[in-house]
Amino acid sequence: MTATREQEFHRQARDKAENLAHRKTVRWAIDTYDAAVARGKSRFADFEAARQRCYEIKWEAVNHLDRYLEEFEANVLKRGGHVYWAADSEQARNYVLELAAARGVKRIVKAKSMVTEEIYLNPALEKQGIEVRETDLGEYIVQLRHEPPYHIVTPVMHLSRAQVIELFREKIPDDVKGDSHEELTAAARRALRRAFFSADMGISGANFLIADTGMIAITTNEGNGRLCTSVPRIHVVFAGIEKVIPRLQDLATFWPMLATTGTGQHLTAYSTLIGGPRMASENDGPEEFHVILLDNGRSKLLADTEQREVLHCIRCGACLNACPVYRNIGGHTYNTVYPGPIGSVLTPHLRGLAEFQHLSYASSLCGNCNTVCPVKIDLSHHLLQNRRNAVEQVRPPWRLRLGMRLWRWSMMDAGRFRLAGRVGKALLRAFGGAAALKPWTEYRDLPPVPEKSFRQMWRQNGAR
Amino acid sequence: MPQTITLFIPCFVDQFVPEVAADMVTVLRRLGYELRYPEEQTCCGQPAFNAGFWDEARPLAERFVRVFRLAETIVCPSGSCTTMVRCFYPELLSSSPLRGEVAALGKRVFEFSEFLVDVAKVSDVGATFPHKVAYHDSCHLLRELNIRQQPRELLRHVKGLELVELNRSDECCGFGGMFAVKFPEISGAMGDVKAGHVEASGADFVAACDPSCLLHMEGILRRKGARVRTIHLASILASPAAATTDRAGQAGTAQPAMAAPGDEGGR
Repeated sequence: MTATREQEFHRQARDKAENLAHRKTVRWAIDTYDAAVARGKSRFADFEAARQRCYEIKWEAVNHLDRYLEEFEANVLKRGGHVYWAADSEQARNYVLELAAARGVKRIVKAKSMVTEEIYLNPALEKQGIEVRETDLGEYIVQLRHEPPYHIVTPVMHLSRAQVIELFREKIPDDVKGDSHEELTAAARRALRRAFFSADMGISGANFLIADTGMIAITTNEGNGRLCTSVPRIHVVFAGIEKVIPRLQDLATFWPMLATTGTGQHLTAYSTLIGGPRMASENDGPEEFHVILLDNGRSKLLADTEQREVLHCIRCGACLNACPVYRNIGGHTYNTVYPGPIGSVLTPHLRGLAEFQHLSYASSLCGNCNTVCPVKIDLSHHLLQNRRNAVEQVRPPWRLRLGMRLWRWSMMDAGRFRLAGRVGKALLRAFGGAAALKPWTEYRDLPPVPEKSFRQMWRQNGAR
Repeated sequence: MPQTITLFIPCFVDQFVPEVAADMVTVLRRLGYELRYPEEQTCCGQPAFNAGFWDEARPLAERFVRVFRLAETIVCPSGSCTTMVRCFYPELLSSSPLRGEVAALGKRVFEFSEFLVDVAKVSDVGATFPHKVAYHDSCHLLRELNIRQQPRELLRHVKGLELVELNRSDECCGFGGMFAVKFPEISGAMGDVKAGHVEASGADFVAACDPSCLLHMEGILRRKGARVRTIHLASILASPAAATTDRAGQAGTAQPAMAAPGDEGGR
């Protein structure tokens, strides 16, 4: 199984890395993003101080997760909402499947939510005969294309406008009145309005769960989040348990931080707080409000003191944009819900080291991700720890283990090291074109092999 | 101010690019330092550490601590190997009987450019190198050791050298140790992107402080048929003031990091 996933990764990585048009599209998107983020950061009086503050708040929340989650739950219940604790994907899916069946739900609209991708919610709902419509524009486009989001914030980073025109003309021909950005947006808007006003249930994620008020915070740029959560008669929220923050006032730092590192905005266009179902005195909002708190491997990660801080992640996507690997192989190659550095760190914890360890090796450990993370997750170091865990827990192939032993043995003695150097260089001179060297020589020339080592130069004349 | 420097010459520098170490030696001698080279040294253990084989890396790290425990000032021509000792040894040796020595050792190991600018307080080593040079920020050097200005400062003081900006100079070149051969398709693409920036800069040379990045970049540039060559900072600084030739590396051992025998250094 390991080999299959890893081989598939190599195959797709090669496809994408050699596809110069793809590389150009993604570069353009990320260059645009970088420029926006630089502007966004300049609006902070002290961006690094804000980052440190976010880190500390998340540290507090994650290290007292039990207390803040129960506080959140109690506050939701007080206002007539429901809270369900789901240990895994199946429990989470079943809760909403049963709810939909009990309430006669035929159509669902969804705001963007990575956690529902994580639990493969849409296929389960569709299997039960429910029509599911993604309403974030990017998510809508990838749904029409029957593919997963390419990026956790920018689902269609890999597509050009021409591709979207072609898609809309095929899928929603009656709504398309022109090819301009405005006309394309209007076409999607027409199609999505019909979905909003015919849906029985709205599903959303949550950017933050606020413990002291029992509210969820959602940010979107298209207003689709508000329509999903206020028009249908039932609103169901899916959120990972790590999403909780202690206080409403913490949003004063987190909202601008998420907007800045996510898209370079000062604030996302629509920042919404939702506190529960419609109250007796209110004239809009859903009749029912359900929050599903998903564990799905997170409490195991919580127990790992070395890597607990991975739960700080606010899914801003900055590490994907910063990653030179991601920029060359793109989001789909990872074949995980969460791609890029955070995905390579997190996925082995959520879905098993045996199958996903290769992702922790698919990094040059350049550490650029660490420098952009708004909650200061030490991502490249966690990749190193994942690698160590993989060697300890998933037995590497015997040839690799033997090779490492031999390497160590030769390095443990200067005489053996000298000998290994001489033999190695002689082999390289003799067999420079050998197939065994293809991993290097396929893309690069071999260096010329010097006659002398430094230690020989030193012995002869002090390397003068 | 130290009088004696102990050389930490990474294993692959010793074997594959000894001229980089020799050039560092030239510069340090010119500044009047006594040099020591403990011939017992081999490898710091980073390849095994990065591969996840911490049990194989640990004895090498312990060996390194023992070999260098009496050295007061250690200088290394690689940001990555310096990082291994300063930043990763504390974690790797956290349950070793040598753990007490590790933090102090990390403070005595310096990357070459860091040593010159921050410790020796030298910006002008009296070198001449009449070429356009672009500087590439190697990842460990930049993000683990926070060394950004020191190499640039040294380059700015080289006579005749024109320092040109490299677009995205801090983007990884794609080497990454074993990554380069474990994921050649990704490493190759990253190298290709870097080579594109290097060529667009109009430089004659791309300089860096890490011989491993340079080996990879040189291999990529040669494969592309590019005219730009790579060179280690030490090799630029070793070019003596007297040299007036526009062919780099004619004097001393200052040669492009990978100049082949018979290759005319530079252009």
